[in-house]
Amino acid sequence: MLDQLKETIKKALPELDFVMGWGMGFDALHATPLFMYEPEDVDKLVWGPLNIQNLATYLPSLKGKKVGIVVKGCDSRSVAELLQEKLVNRDEVVIFGMACQGTVNLTKVREIVGNTGLVEDVKYENGKLTVTADGQPHEMLLKDVRADKCGYCRFPNAVISDHFVGEERAPQVEEDTFEDLKEFESQSFEERRDFWMKEMDRCLRCYACRNACPLCVCRDHCVAQSRDPHWVSQQDGIRDKFMFQIIHATHMAGRCTNCGECERACPVDIPVLLLKRSFNRAVKNTFAYDAGLDAGATPPLLAFKVNEDNIKEKEW
Amino acid sequence: MPVLEGRELRIVGFLCNWCSYGGADTAGVARFEQPTDLRVIRVPCSGRIDPLFVAKAFMNGADGVLVSGCHPRDCHYAEGNFYARRRLEVFKNVISVLGIEPERFEYTWVSASEGQRWQEVVTKFTKQVHALGPMVSVPEVSLDRLAALEPAQS
Ligand code: SF4
Ligand code: SF4
Ligand code: SF4
Repeated sequence: MLDQLKETIKKALPELDFVMGWGMGFDALHATPLFMYEPEDVDKLVWGPLNIQNLATYLPSLKGKKVGIVVKGCDSRSVAELLQEKLVNRDEVVIFGMACQGTVNLTKVREIVGNTGLVEDVKYENGKLTVTADGQPHEMLLKDVRADKCGYCRFPNAVISDHFVGEERAPQVEEDTFEDLKEFESQSFEERRDFWMKEMDRCLRCYACRNACPLCVCRDHCVAQSRDPHWVSQQDGIRDKFMFQIIHATHMAGRCTNCGECERACPVDIPVLLLKRSFNRAVKNTFAYDAGLDAGATPPLLAFKVNEDNIKEKEW
Repeated sequence: MPVLEGRELRIVGFLCNWCSYGGADTAGVARFEQPTDLRVIRVPCSGRIDPLFVAKAFMNGADGVLVSGCHPRDCHYAEGNFYARRRLEVFKNVISVLGIEPERFEYTWVSASEGQRWQEVVTKFTKQVHALGPMVSVPEVSLDRLAALEPAQS
């Protein structure tokens, strides 16, 4: 299948500035973005559970170039959302997709292996992942170290593509029932507050969550850094960090495609996706809408209905 | 004389210039008795109200936030409140995940002539917030520093 993907990319390459995919990183465990300019580059392409990063994040800054991008199902939704918001032009991007089998959460691998500083070898077959570090092989079930989002993945196949290679795969679930949120909400309000206070206290304000997000596109004009308006101060307290997360989540309302990059990029593993998922659920319940499925749709917060279907008029 | 006995809470009200601010004014002119916890911020239109205003108010220690605009179809700018309605509804849906009781935030519509209605809204909302009591404030400093500061304060 990978060979077929490589062939397809090689065929399309002459028409393109370059194609983005994943290649082997500094060791066997860490796949890294690969920019393919020449057919030889395409031979370095890899595909599998280590293709974690969402390459769509690069697209808005590449406007004006004609580029190819290899996508997993979730990545393709980011591309669709970018198209929808006209942050990317359809005739400037060529999308290569295959069916995704799920990706790995490296934090979970680290919990099992210990130091994953330099991994010698990684093998995956039959739902198992074997990671060899310091001469020691560690075997684990893929499903135990899988990214949480893959457990409720509804779109393993690219929702939009110019070249789809291989067979489609059945989704993990039909509906996302937001079990993680329900579990969180089984706690009291006080417990929830304490949870965020603790988590936000650890935040470094490095903004990796923002920078990794394919749909956080204001970059240099982010309100988190602007002095006018001055939404968050330079203080290192919880208040400003929490406010920043609320800003990120609010700005993603109706746009977040649940790709999980924000959470993956966080160096201290703060579960920032939870907040975004609560917006996703609200948007889904109120407008029966999922972001990034239809490149022609209008995001619900940029529209209205005089008589809303699911918003009750206030009784008081 | 406050309608509610005891300590006042900090309630922030964002009112649109054309309807709800007028409605509150009407209530005042008619001398309708109202609780005095609400601090009003007048904005040009409910469409101007970014849900982040509400978040920021809570972060800075508000115990409750009330947003009020013109009734749907009555917006001075024709459709500002329709956009506001969607944003505020979504925001109301998510604040419980932040650890804020959803009853601490309401949005509603009051027209300039509805002094009576304003009195009801503000009284009901204030009661609702009082039932929950004050919000635990979000520390401006890190938890370590807060712990170090605390003995000095008591
Ligand atoms: S969420 Fe779906 S498409 Fe994305 S990595 Fe997981 S299984 Fe693949
Ligand atoms: S907020 Fe997080 S999950 Fe949503 S699109 Fe951005 S990176 Fe992806
Ligand atoms: S990536 Fe993590 S530590 Fe960095 S700003 Fe975001 S939440 Fe904070």
